[in-house]
Amino acid sequence: MWTFFHKLASPPHFYRLAKTLIPWFAVPGYLLLVYGTYAGLFLAPPDYQQGDAFRIIYVHVPAAYLSMMAYMILAVAGGIGLIWRMKLAHAVAASAAPIGASFTFLALATGSIWGRPMWGTWWEWTDPRLMSELILLFLYFGYMALRGAIDDTAKADKASAVLALVGAVNVPIIHFSVEWWSSLHQGPTLVREGGPAMDTAMLYPLLAMIFGFTFVFGAMLLRRIRTEVLHRERRTRWVKDLVLAD
Amino acid sequence: MDKLAMGGYGVYVWSCFGLTLAIVIVNEWRARHRHRIELRDIEVRIKAMEARQ
Amino acid sequence: MTVGNVTTPGLIAGLLGTAQRDLLLVWKRPGDVLNPLFFFAMVCTLFPLAVGPSVEQLEFAGPGVLWVAALLAMLLSLNSLFLSDFEDGSLEQLLLSPQPLVLLALGKTFAHWLTSGLPLVILSPLLAVAFRMPGETIGVLMATLALGTISLSLLGSVGAALTVGLHRGTALLSLLTLPLAMPVLIFGARTVSLAASGDLYSMGIYALAAYAVGALSLAPFATAAALRISNE
Repeated sequence: MWTFFHKLASPPHFYRLAKTLIPWFAVPGYLLLVYGTYAGLFLAPPDYQQGDAFRIIYVHVPAAYLSMMAYMILAVAGGIGLIWRMKLAHAVAASAAPIGASFTFLALATGSIWGRPMWGTWWEWTDPRLMSELILLFLYFGYMALRGAIDDTAKADKASAVLALVGAVNVPIIHFSVEWWSSLHQGPTLVREGGPAMDTAMLYPLLAMIFGFTFVFGAMLLRRIRTEVLHRERRTRWVKDLVLAD
Repeated sequence: MDKLAMGGYGVYVWSCFGLTLAIVIVNEWRARHRHRIELRDIEVRIKAMEARQ
Repeated sequence: MTVGNVTTPGLIAGLLGTAQRDLLLVWKRPGDVLNPLFFFAMVCTLFPLAVGPSVEQLEFAGPGVLWVAALLAMLLSLNSLFLSDFEDGSLEQLLLSPQPLVLLALGKTFAHWLTSGLPLVILSPLLAVAFRMPGETIGVLMATLALGTISLSLLGSVGAALTVGLHRGTALLSLLTLPLAMPVLIFGARTVSLAASGDLYSMGIYALAAYAVGALSLAPFATAAALRISNE
């Protein structure tokens, strides 16, 4: 078991493994996205209240879900890197941050565009989810700024891991506090919780989009980790051999 | 054509999907581009070191 | 209780010793305490100047303005929490001391709260009166500020420890700490608003107290880890 982990964590091995893994994530991911987009836009029936505007759910919800998942990956990888001094885990955390931030931005932008026809405003302050998402984006900015401000890679890894862990502990509290804050003014929300069960014709495309985006995220993450590993190992023998072999 | 208008919400729906496509493309492109740059930088450094020897 | 070869009285002495040393340093440089206080008072003055002097608006905006100003003043004072110790090398001495670093970090954070959080709590009624806050609400304001500034000192000590010794650390410190501080701001300011409008506000006080307890038990460990990393 442990030898497996040690082998997995060895940079040259992971570098090769990631290359073979990427198509296994990318191909099913993009196929699911193509199906989900087509079915979501054309096959699913319009919502009885929101009409065709509800179709934004097919990009908004996966983006919001990925934004949270990427932050969790960031924090867990940072924690593993701190506790077991595993360099690969820090490379994972460093790679997850920009992708996570871009999906957080996407969740905010699509939420805002969706809000325009539904609420009549681009930004509805009483929606707790959009507010949490905005604070999450600030957390990503802080994380990336701290990484960028420290020149020494090992030091940047550890410092940003501490920040990510503190942030991860705070994320549920932020969510709770924003929910409480907005509950004082009864406001409308985009995604209803505990509402009428979704029709399967609406639900299947959503599931396809969520799984599709997860796989595509995996492929993007693996690609970035490869670059990160290469950069961190640029002075080693195996990288030299690898580059000269091409 | 009727379907593309999305019951009057076409602008909102299509801009959301378009933005999503753009973000996916930018992410994929950035990842590939950075990898190429990294490989090239390492190669340049190795060549420079060999030239010095 | 024994940690390493230091006994319990030794541990407490270490915590109080660090706090006492920091308080003594502040006594010699009172500007470190006074500047954030002046800043707090000035930000509170800016809002009526920008929004207009109508009493209704002031009553409405008061809790939020006082809380945002307090948060910014806390941020301002955080920058110097570890900076002078880092520059004169006494931070390295702390890291080498036989005392557990967690307690020393807690001692420094405690001194920071005494010199920046507590003065804000004491000054706040003066500004609250200017915002036409009724007496009972001022009590709630002071309670939320007391609990909230404890959390902010603890949370901020993590950020200060992470950014100590970095170029442009001040801007970075705000960028790191502000999003984390938002729950404290929400609970603090909303609780005072609820109290001002005569609604039930106990929930906010409980949330602030729970946050402070949580921060007290977790943040010193993060601060200690961050100090070790920053001094590598």
